[in-house]
Amino acid sequence: MALELKQSEFEIERDKNKCISCEVCVRQCSNDVHEYDSDQDTLYSDNSKCVGCRRCETLCPTGALKIRNREDQFKTNYNWTSSHLSNIYRQADSGGVLLTGMGSDRAHTVYWDHILFNAAQVTNPSIDPLREPMEIRTFIGRKPERLDFEINRNKDSKESLKDTNIKLKTKVPPQLDLSTPIMFSAMSYGSVSLNVCKSLAAAASEFGTYYNTGEGGLHKDLYGYAKNTIVQVASGRYGVDVDYLNKGAAVEIKIGQGAKPGIGGHLPGEKVTGDISNTRMIPEGTDAISPAPHHDIYSIEDLAQLIYALKEATNWLKPVGVKVSAVHNIAPIASGIVRAGADFVTIDGLRGGTGAAPQIIRDNVGIPIELAIASVDERLREEGIRYRSSIIAAGSIRSSADVIKAIALGADAVYIGTAALVAIGCHLCQKCYTGKCNWGIATQDPYLTKRLNPEIGTRKLLNLLRGWSLEIKEMLGGAGINAIESLKSNREHLRGINLNDRELAVLGIKHAGEAW
Amino acid sequence: MKKKDDSMRLSIDAKNLGYRELNLKIRNFLNGSGRGNDIGYEGNGDNCSREVTIKNALGHRYIGDGLKGDALINVYGTPGNDLGAFMDGPTLEIFGNGQDGIGNTMNSGKIIVHGDVGDILGYSMRGGEIYIEKSIGFRGGIHMKSYREKVPVLVIGGSAGNFLGEYMAGGIIILLGLHKREKAALPFAGKTDIIGNYTGTGMHGGKIYVRGNIEDYKLGKEVRKSVAGKDDLDLLDRYVTAYCSLFNIDRKKIPVSSFLKLIPCSYRPYGKLYAY
Repeated sequence: MALELKQSEFEIERDKNKCISCEVCVRQCSNDVHEYDSDQDTLYSDNSKCVGCRRCETLCPTGALKIRNREDQFKTNYNWTSSHLSNIYRQADSGGVLLTGMGSDRAHTVYWDHILFNAAQVTNPSIDPLREPMEIRTFIGRKPERLDFEINRNKDSKESLKDTNIKLKTKVPPQLDLSTPIMFSAMSYGSVSLNVCKSLAAAASEFGTYYNTGEGGLHKDLYGYAKNTIVQVASGRYGVDVDYLNKGAAVEIKIGQGAKPGIGGHLPGEKVTGDISNTRMIPEGTDAISPAPHHDIYSIEDLAQLIYALKEATNWLKPVGVKVSAVHNIAPIASGIVRAGADFVTIDGLRGGTGAAPQIIRDNVGIPIELAIASVDERLREEGIRYRSSIIAAGSIRSSADVIKAIALGADAVYIGTAALVAIGCHLCQKCYTGKCNWGIATQDPYLTKRLNPEIGTRKLLNLLRGWSLEIKEMLGGAGINAIESLKSNREHLRGINLNDRELAVLGIKHAGEAW
Repeated sequence: MKKKDDSMRLSIDAKNLGYRELNLKIRNFLNGSGRGNDIGYEGNGDNCSREVTIKNALGHRYIGDGLKGDALINVYGTPGNDLGAFMDGPTLEIFGNGQDGIGNTMNSGKIIVHGDVGDILGYSMRGGEIYIEKSIGFRGGIHMKSYREKVPVLVIGGSAGNFLGEYMAGGIIILLGLHKREKAALPFAGKTDIIGNYTGTGMHGGKIYVRGNIEDYKLGKEVRKSVAGKDDLDLLDRYVTAYCSLFNIDRKKIPVSSFLKLIPCSYRPYGKLYAY
């Protein structure tokens, strides 16, 4: 019964004059869009199967292919948009939950784009980072409330300073040492291929920053990058044992994720194959189900218990943090997490990415990261506990400008996930959950995963980190600041544009044009 | 096995110690020196395991947390939450009651409790064995899972509260029902039954054996009753015998034929949840 009009989202245009029937497009497409008819010596394309990843268009040697977004075929309706109609048709067919991948593509307000950064003019000089030292090194972890020094002064000496022996008496808790305030978000082996993990790990290691295992365990090929690994403990505890905990440089308890606050995760049994089964420590072919809550955490007190259980298990040598999604009451929640003993709090915003999430939750649950950082930083300062934890912001950091704005709003560092994947070839077709990623990223099919060479991936990620770090230094210098630490929560350097009073108040910034 | 000399034994009075001090003392001793910064206990190469006896445990948390190797730790008193969390090898014997979170994400080893314990026993446990002489609280054996040769086992002598074996993905829970809880202490309303509501909710692997019968309304919708076969009886015999010898109970009191077997209805409960 054909009730629905099957809409293809894309239209494939093949220029017959340019096409040489080399069949590159046929081989590159895991969705079987292109087909070669040898009798006719012609290539056919099926629009309805196309996901818009642009792999064929990119690799076509003669430039014969063009993938175009298809014009809306339904009658124009601002309320009942074509995506609502298509979704209802899909659900009426299957009775299932709509699944999607990557961050929300809905037109939520992107506050980054309504915030402008400052520069110094006349009254204080700007600094040229190419000639002068510019410090963007960042430490993640609990800072001491105060510092005590032991000062031994040689009384007979005239040059008092030279003969004075100063030693730090305060024991500083374990810290992560980042050469740039950018880390790679949690992406599990299973959601992405091992080549992606290798690229992230090697780039983090070479650049002096960190990547995060996600809830996928730690593959043995990544042991060499242990010093730059943040290991995650999520509700399913997949791959978690005492060796895993001690391999990492820090431990992150995952409570929530921006793309799917409040719900768990399911890695379907088809994706739990040989190596993934070993790394997650579950039998092959079984569903890896992460419950929505940790069933040993029903309160802040229980969270404290797990934080300290992890500190004990790692002999108090590693920072232990907590990742939550940005939700309505994020400020008191973060305050509770800090009081529970977390050395860092990761906050993942509404637009954060994912390998698979129910579309309805991804697009409708949570709050934007910009507002969350501002309100959490404000609350922790009011309560006098900001020093106890570092704040890591995540959830669609798209450029170095987003990084610098996040830090000025009050974050210590950021996690990038989608941006890192884009750097190694992702074209945001949002079909990660199918496991058929033509760019070899969100797939385990060996025919596809070999398309991503981890050495090239590493180089691209290093380039991205280098470029963004240079830009951060440029912007800092331009504002007359020579250390990123001085920018943290320095909201005087931000101005809002096209924002209302409530938005400005929550962000804690003035409107553009308002001055001292 | 070599005879244990005194250097292989340590007795600690925990009365005036915080949990960190206590656990550091245990860790240092098991590491064979004062190398407090070494991670875990890797075993000392000979066949003789080290033995620690803790007296006056007063709610000290995290005893045995993250320890490896083949040590033996005896605890007198009441140890605190997360006993044996992330543990990978040692044997803990508790002469007293336990609290919450025993064997949290435990990988291997053995925990024996001469008494009752609290909630979330064996959460996400991947291997090893836990024997509880009497009863347990809510959420026992949630999300237990097995992997290759690792099959976690919970043997509970008494009764269990609600949500026993919720999300269970593997492993074995055996509930003997020898001790019914006093009504006032029951974690579930109603009769002094041996098992609570929502047993096996979301279960998609593993087995639960219960001595006696359970009313259907107490089961989660993802679990069903089954009859114990020959393999089940052999397995039950092995663990019931071990339980009886640990707690000095007449083996004949617990015939293995009286057990009900609970298994998941589907090993892929969420296979048809999504529209692609």
